[in-house]
Amino acid sequence: MKQFILNRILSGILVIFGVSIFSFLLIHFIPGDPVRIMLGINATPEQVERLTHHLGLDKPLLVQYGQYIANLFQGDFGTSLKTGRPVLTEILDRFPETVKLAVFGLLIAVVIGISLGILAARFKDTIIDKLCTVFATLGVSIPSFWLAILLVMVFSVKLAWFPIANGTNFRDLILPACTLGVVASTMIMRLTRNGMVEVLSNDYIRTARAKGLEDRLILFRHALRNVLIPVVTVIGLQLAGLLGGAVIIEQVFNWPGLGTLALGAIMSRDFPLIQGTVLFMGVVYVTINILVDILYSVIDPRVEMGVKEAS
Amino acid sequence: MKMSKVLEVKGLTTQFESKNGPLTVVDQVDFIVEKGEVLGIVGESGCGKSVTSLSILQLLDKHGTISSGEVFYQNINLVEKNEKEMKKIRGKEISMIFQDPMTSLNPVLTIGKQIGEVIEQHEKLKGQEVKQKVVKLLQLVGIPRADEIYHEYPHRLSGGMKQRVMIAIAIACNPTLLIADEPTTALDVTIQAQILDLLRSLKDEMDMSMLLITHDLGVVAEMCDRVVVMYAGQVVETTDTRTLLRHPKHPYTIGLIQSTPHQSKGEKRLKSILGQVPTPDQFSHGCRFVERCPKAMEICQSTAPPLYDVDSHTSCRCWLYENKGDVI
Ligand SMILES: Nc1ncnc2c1ncn2[C@@H]1O[C@H](COP(=O)(O)OP(=O)(O)O)[C@@H](O)[C@H]1O
Ligand code: SF4
Ligand SMILES: [Mg+2]
Repeated sequence: MKQFILNRILSGILVIFGVSIFSFLLIHFIPGDPVRIMLGINATPEQVERLTHHLGLDKPLLVQYGQYIANLFQGDFGTSLKTGRPVLTEILDRFPETVKLAVFGLLIAVVIGISLGILAARFKDTIIDKLCTVFATLGVSIPSFWLAILLVMVFSVKLAWFPIANGTNFRDLILPACTLGVVASTMIMRLTRNGMVEVLSNDYIRTARAKGLEDRLILFRHALRNVLIPVVTVIGLQLAGLLGGAVIIEQVFNWPGLGTLALGAIMSRDFPLIQGTVLFMGVVYVTINILVDILYSVIDPRVEMGVKEAS
Repeated sequence: MKMSKVLEVKGLTTQFESKNGPLTVVDQVDFIVEKGEVLGIVGESGCGKSVTSLSILQLLDKHGTISSGEVFYQNINLVEKNEKEMKKIRGKEISMIFQDPMTSLNPVLTIGKQIGEVIEQHEKLKGQEVKQKVVKLLQLVGIPRADEIYHEYPHRLSGGMKQRVMIAIAIACNPTLLIADEPTTALDVTIQAQILDLLRSLKDEMDMSMLLITHDLGVVAEMCDRVVVMYAGQVVETTDTRTLLRHPKHPYTIGLIQSTPHQSKGEKRLKSILGQVPTPDQFSHGCRFVERCPKAMEICQSTAPPLYDVDSHTSCRCWLYENKGDVI
C-alpha cells in the first residue's frame, strides 16, 4: 500500500514538472511578440523593451526556465500585469470560492446521480428507467450555460427566490451549484445505472441471494460497492475539472472563482496570471487524481495487488 | 426402516421467456431426496441441471419462471412460498454451492464478512460470537491460518480454497439439504478429490442430505447413493448408483458410461456420443434423444416415450422398455 501511494506521488510530481514546462513555454507559443500583444498596438519601443527585460524574455530559454522554477519554489508565481499584485495571492484569493462551488455542486451531482442510477437499475426497463434515461440525455445535450440562464430566469427573475449574481453568500451559491450538479449528475447516473445492472448479473449476487440475505443488503453491501469503483474515478475527474474553475458557469453567475480569474486574465492579456492559473490548475488536477487512486485502492482490494504484479 | 423424504420434486416445469414465446427448459421433472442420502443429477451440459436446482430455491433470473409442479421440502410446497418466506429457507434450511468459486465470492468483501453475514441473517448471534463461529467454520472446511484468512479478500485464495469458503458459507447454519451444482468442475483434478472428500465427511458429520449435480459419472460413482439422469430438460432414467453403472438402461446413459474414462480398464478408446444436446427450441416431438440414439426405432421419431417403471427402484424413458415396465 505504501509503495503504491509512493509510486502515485512520484508519477504525480513528474506530471507537474511537465505542466510547469508547458506553462513556462505558454508565453513562447504565442505567434509574434508576446510583449507587443500584452501592451497593445500603441506601445512605444521603449515600453516593449522595458517589459521584455522585466519579464526576462531577453535571456536564453534555459536560463529563463531555471529562473522560473527557482521563483516557483520560493512561492513566486510572478506579478499580475493588471493589478500589480503577486499572481499567487490573486489565485489564493479566488480558490476558496471555486472550492465552495465545486464541492457543493459535486455533492448535488453525487446525490442525484447515484440515487437515480440505483433507482433506474432497480426498475430496469420500466417507465422509471426510461424517465431517467431522458433526464440523462437532456443533461448531456443541453449546454450548461443555457441551463444556467434558464435557472436564473425562473428562480431569480420570475420567482425572485435567489439573488441575481452578486456576492458570495450561500444563497448566491445555490443556483450555480445546482447547474453544475445537474450537468455532472447525468454521467454519474448513467455509470451507476449501467454498473448496477451489470453487477447484479454477477455470480456473487446469486451467492448473496442463495444466503437468504435481505434485498437491502444485496443492493447496498454486495452490489453498490462494486458499482462505485468506476463511479469514484469519474467523480474524482469531475471534481478535478470543477476545481479548475467552471469557467462558463462562474461567468454567468458572476462567481469570483478561478474560472472568472482565468477568463479575465486572458481578456486582459495578463500572461503571468495566465501562466500561474494554468500551473495551479495542473497541480490541483494531479493532486485530486492521486487522492482518487488512493481511495480506489481502499474500495477495491484487488487494485493494490494489480499494481504489485505489474511492477 | 422407512426413510423420510427431505425433498420431493413433482412435475417441475420451468420456462424462460424468449423472442418466440416461452421455452420449456425443464419439463415435468420428478425426483426425491431421502434423508441422509446423496442424490446425483447427471447429464451433459445444457440438459437443464442448473435450472432445476435454481428452481428449487427460486433463484432463477427474472426471465425464468416455474410454470407448474411442486417442490416439497419437509412436506411444505416451496413453489407456493413468497420471496420473503423463501429468504428464510435459503442459506438456512437449504444451501447451495456453485460451479465457479472464482466468481461466486464478492471481490470487495472479506472472507470473514461473507461467511459471517449468513449467520447474522439467520441466527441471533452478534459481533464476537459470529466471528468465533466463522473461524470455527473455516477450520472445519480445512482452511489453514483461519484467523488470518478471516480478514483476507477472495483474490488472495486459490480456487480450491475459495470453494472451501463457499462450502463454509453453505453449511454455516446447519442446513438440512445441500445442493451442490458441479462443485468441482472448475477445479484441478487433485483438488476435486479433496473437495469431494470434504463434502462427504461434512454431510455425515452434520447429518445433511445432498443433491449433487455433475456431468461426470466418476463423481457419481464416488459420491452418490442414487442417480437421476437428465437429458434435454427431462428425467430419462432414475436408479441406484450401482445399477446405473453396471446395468444402465437408457441408451443415453449407456452412451454416457461409454464416454467416461474408466480407471481399471486402462486407456481404451472412448466412444463419445455423436451430436449435441438439442436446445429447448429444437426439441423433437418424438424422443428428444432420437437424433443421437443408436437404437432409434420408427416410433421414436413420432411419439415421445413415457417414463416406464422397469423395476421397483428403476425407471427409464425409452420405447425399448415398453413391454418390460409400467408407465408411471
Ligand atoms: N437465464 C437463462 N435464460 C434463458 N435460457 C437459459 C437460462 N439459463 C439456462 N437456460 C437454458 O436452459 C437450458 C439448460 O441450462 P442449464 O440448466 O444451465 O444446463 P446444465 O446445468 O445442465 O448445463 C439451456 O438450453 C440453456 O440455454
Ligand atoms: S425412445 Fe427410441 S430414440 Fe429414444 S432413447 Fe429409446 S430407443 Fe432411443
Ligand atoms: Mg450447469
